[in-house]
Amino acid sequence: MVEFSLPANSKVKGGHIHPGPKDAKSRKTFKVYRWNPDDGENPSLDTYAVDTEDCGPMVLDALIKIKNETDSTLTFRRSCREGVCGSCAMNIDGTNTLACTKYISDVKGDIKVYPLPHMPVVKDLVPDLTHAYAQYTSIEPWMKSSTPAPERERRQSPEERDQLDGLWECILCFCCSTSCPSYWWNGDKYLGPAVLLQAYRWIADSRDDATGERLDNLEDPFRLFRCHTIMNCTKTCPKGLNPAQAIGEIKKLMLERQG
Amino acid sequence: MSSMRSPLARVKGLGSAKEGLHHWWMQRITAIANIPLVAAAIWIVLLSLRTDYAGVINLVGHPCVGAILILFIANLFYHAALGLQVVIEDYVHGAAKFLLLIFVKFSAALIAMIGIVSVIVVIVERASGS
Repeated sequence: MVEFSLPANSKVKGGHIHPGPKDAKSRKTFKVYRWNPDDGENPSLDTYAVDTEDCGPMVLDALIKIKNETDSTLTFRRSCREGVCGSCAMNIDGTNTLACTKYISDVKGDIKVYPLPHMPVVKDLVPDLTHAYAQYTSIEPWMKSSTPAPERERRQSPEERDQLDGLWECILCFCCSTSCPSYWWNGDKYLGPAVLLQAYRWIADSRDDATGERLDNLEDPFRLFRCHTIMNCTKTCPKGLNPAQAIGEIKKLMLERQG
Repeated sequence: MSSMRSPLARVKGLGSAKEGLHHWWMQRITAIANIPLVAAAIWIVLLSLRTDYAGVINLVGHPCVGAILILFIANLFYHAALGLQVVIEDYVHGAAKFLLLIFVKFSAALIAMIGIVSVIVVIVERASGS
């Protein structure tokens, strides 16, 4: 059922204030969501001041600087620091994006940093993506073909390869799924834009011949048709992809096979 | 209830319902049909305002006008029932969902049928009067 207010033990309270270096040339304030599963306390919003003259340009640079120099207990995921791994997806300044490709200078005023919305939190900025990954597994994201494997690679014309552009670039950061109100309310059954874009990636692949089976598994009032073309997914995608269009293509194919 | 089912088993659940396309497509088709039908219905109401009781019976009771009005009523309430179904499925879960869905569909059918029967009554009135 939809919950419009947070339960009492989830209300976010004011947290510690870390003033940062006194001789800072250019001060930027970060307000970061903190929650520790072990201390029994409510979540809090901790304040960290960072000298941007002495820090890299991205929000991830500031978070790493905070963890290194101010507060080693701050917990977040990060790996590639160049927008290809999808680990540092979080809600920055009200929008889901990758901390490593979000410029500090793009945010006016204090920078609020929260975990991806509406997912269970493991700790601080780390969301539990177990369910989302299981949903990804459920669409069987690998090539399926009933023809025997050829001696060389399975071939594809340049035009057929072009069909995958705008799909293969997805890094599965789940910024889109966690920005989707339909996924918030019905994420237990609705697959969400990230997984549906991946499903279409395999439907659109000329080398895969399980298209009918894939469409069968998606044709469901909740799995696919909870998409109401809200378009938050496309608006928030840090890679500039269009999951809403991919979902639309799946619906069109289902219509096409009706006759 | 705590569960030790695997996350994948939970996602697969009861499997795909293998439907949903028809609902989605009908919602769009009825939306498109509503464009001319709503315009026609407004036009018929405006024409009715300019005439007296006998004039309205004569207009609405005409088989072509009556047919358009019946189509308008049927299409509008079919579209409304489909739309409300989505809202309920989105926001209401559990037993209340099924009760509400049945209530919405029964209500839409009843109100639509009252409207359609009313138009037929006017058509019969005009036919017997002339």
